[in-house]
Amino acid sequence: MAKKLWKGNKAMAEAAIQAGCRYYFGYPITPQNEVPEYLSARMREVGGVFKQAESELASINMVYGAAAAGGRAMTSSSGLGIALMQEGIAHMCATQTPCVVLNVGRGGPGLGTIMASQQDYFQATRGGGPGDYYCFAYAPWNLQEACDLIQLAFEKADEYRMVSHVLVDATLGAMMESADIKENTANTENKDKKDWAVDAFAGRKDDDHRKIVGFWNDPPEAVAFNRDVLKAKYDIAKEKEVMVDVRNCEDADVVIVAYGTTARIALNAMKIAEENGIKVGMVRPITLWPFPYEAVRENTKNAKGILVAEMALGQLTDDVKIAVGPDANIQHYGEDALGGVMPSPRAIYGMIEKIAKEG
Amino acid sequence: MSVVYERTKGLNQNQSIYCPGCTHGLEHKLVMEVLEELGVLDRTIGITSVGCSGLMFRILNTEVVTSLHGRAPAVATGVKAVQPDAIVYIHQGDGDALSIGMAETISAASRGENITVIFANNNIYGMTGGQMAATTMVGDKATTCPAGRDASLDGNPMRACELISQVEGAKYVERVAVYDVPHIIKAKKAIKKAFQNQIDGHGYSFVEILSTCPTNWHLDPLASMDKVKNEMEAVYPLGVFKDE
Ligand SMILES: Cc1ncc(C[n+]2csc(CCOP(=O)(O)OP(=O)(O)O)c2C)c(N)n1
Ligand code: SF4
Repeated sequence: MAKKLWKGNKAMAEAAIQAGCRYYFGYPITPQNEVPEYLSARMREVGGVFKQAESELASINMVYGAAAAGGRAMTSSSGLGIALMQEGIAHMCATQTPCVVLNVGRGGPGLGTIMASQQDYFQATRGGGPGDYYCFAYAPWNLQEACDLIQLAFEKADEYRMVSHVLVDATLGAMMESADIKENTANTENKDKKDWAVDAFAGRKDDDHRKIVGFWNDPPEAVAFNRDVLKAKYDIAKEKEVMVDVRNCEDADVVIVAYGTTARIALNAMKIAEENGIKVGMVRPITLWPFPYEAVRENTKNAKGILVAEMALGQLTDDVKIAVGPDANIQHYGEDALGGVMPSPRAIYGMIEKIAKEG
Repeated sequence: MSVVYERTKGLNQNQSIYCPGCTHGLEHKLVMEVLEELGVLDRTIGITSVGCSGLMFRILNTEVVTSLHGRAPAVATGVKAVQPDAIVYIHQGDGDALSIGMAETISAASRGENITVIFANNNIYGMTGGQMAATTMVGDKATTCPAGRDASLDGNPMRACELISQVEGAKYVERVAVYDVPHIIKAKKAIKKAFQNQIDGHGYSFVEILSTCPTNWHLDPLASMDKVKNEMEAVYPLGVFKDE
C-alpha cells in the first residue's frame, strides 16, 4: 500500500489483514479499541470472521479454536485482558497452536491507568500462565516497524507453532504516523505446513484423526514433550530469531538500553549528549523474547555505565542484569515516567551526563 | 449372517476412562452412534471440557480439540469459524458449563453458534473428588458441603435447561435421562435432533443428560440410577424446553 497517514491502532489492524489474518476475536479495552472497531467491518469485507467475545478468557480460547482448526487468528487487548488470557496462552503453547496477541500497553498495576506504560514487559516475556513456556515478544518503536513486525509475528508463530506477542504502548496505538503497510505478506508455505490442524477431513484421503491435546497423564511423556519438543524449539528460536538495533556503541561512554517509545524518546537525549560532547550508544531490543543478551553484553562491555530507560520500575532492567552480570554499572530511568507521564529527553540526558562524569 | 448390533466406529478399543456405572461412557456411545447413523462421523470435531470427560480424546475416533476448564463453547466457536462444514460438538460437565464456564455457555447460545452441546449433569464435581457443584441438590452431601447442601449457606442448585431456553439464539433445549432402556432411546432421539439441527444449519442445540457419579455419590451403579430416577428427576424435570 502507498505510504499514508494512519492512526496507530487501525494501521496495525490493517497490517494483520494484509498478513492474511482472517479470524479476529476480542473484548473491548482502552487503549486498543480501534483495533476491534476497525476489524469488525474490515474482516467481513475480506471474507473473514470477526467476533466480539464475552471476555478475554473467551477471546483467547476462540483464537485457540480457530488456530487449532488451521486458521490465521489474532486477538488484541491491554494488560488486564492479557492477564485473563494467560491460561489460554499457556494452553496454546502446550498444544503448539500459533496466533498473534497484540498488546497495546497501559499503566498498572491492576486497573492502573489507560495511558502509556511499559509495565507489562514481564507479562509478555515471562507470562503468567502455568508451566514452562515462552512466546515471541516483538516490541516496535514506530508505526512502520509495528506493521512490519505484526506481519512477521504471524509467520514466526506459524513457523515455530508458537504464540507471538506484539507489545506496543498506548502512544503508538493512539498516534497518527505515516506507514507503508506491505500487502499480502502471508507465506503460503507456512499455511501448507499445518498438517496437524483439525480439518474434518476436508479434501483429505488419509484416516488420521487429528487431535489437539495439551494434557499428559503419563509422566515420561510430559518430560519428553517439555524437553524434546518445547525446549528444543525455544533453543532454536533463541539462536535464530533475536532482533536488535545497535547504534553508536563503539567507544561509547554510556550505552542506553531501551525499547519501544522510550527508545525513540531516548534518541533525543542522545542528540543532546552529542551536542555536549558525550559519547552515547544505544542497544534497542526489538525482540524482548528472545532477548538480545549477547548484543547487550558485547556492546556495553567498554562503557562506563549502562542506562536502562523504560516506562516501568525495572523489568527490562532485570534482563540487562542477566546479560551483563551483577558487577556492571547499571542505572535505571523510569520511576518518574510511567502510566501516562512520558519520559523526558532532558531527564534522560541528565542521567547520561552523570554516568559520563562519575562513571 | 446378519449383524444385529455392533460397536460404533466412533469409539476406539482403548480402555474405558470411567468408573464402573458412570454414564459419561454411555453418553459418548450414544453420540457416536448418532453421528455414524447421520453419516457425519468423519466430519466431526469433538471439543473436550475439563472434568472426567476431558479424557474422552483417548477413546473417540473423531478429530478432537481439548479445552481448558469452562472454555469449550469459546473453543467450539473458533473451530466452527474456520471449519463451518465440520460437525462441532462439546461434551461438558456441570462444573465446566455452569460455574467456571457460565459466561461462555450463555454467550455461545446467545450468539446462536451452530454447535451441539451435550451437557452431563451429575450433581457433583467428579474429577476433583466430589466437591459441591452448581447442580448439587439441596440436602445432598459433597466434600465441600459435608452436612448436605444448605441453600441458605451454600446457595441453590442451578437448572441449565430452564436458563438456556430463555436465551434467544438457543434453538433446541431438552433434558433427558439414561437410567433405563426407554429413557436411553429417548435420549438418543434428542441427541440425534441436536445434531440434525447442526447439519441443517439451524443453530445452537443443548441436550442435558441427567448423569451419575457412583464414585463420589458413594452409591453402587444401580442405586445411582435409582437416585437419578427418584431424586434428580424431581429437581430437574425431563422434557423439551425449547424447539424452534
Ligand atoms: C482453571 C481450573 N480450575 C480448576 C480446575 C480443576 N478441576 C478439574 S476438573 C474440575 C471439576 C469438573 O467437574 P464437572 O465439570 O462437573 O465434570 P465431572 O468431572 O463431574 O464430569 C475442576 C474444578 C482446572 N482444571 N482448571
Ligand atoms: S468420578 Fe464420577 S464422573 Fe468421574 S468417571 Fe468416576 S463416576 Fe464418572
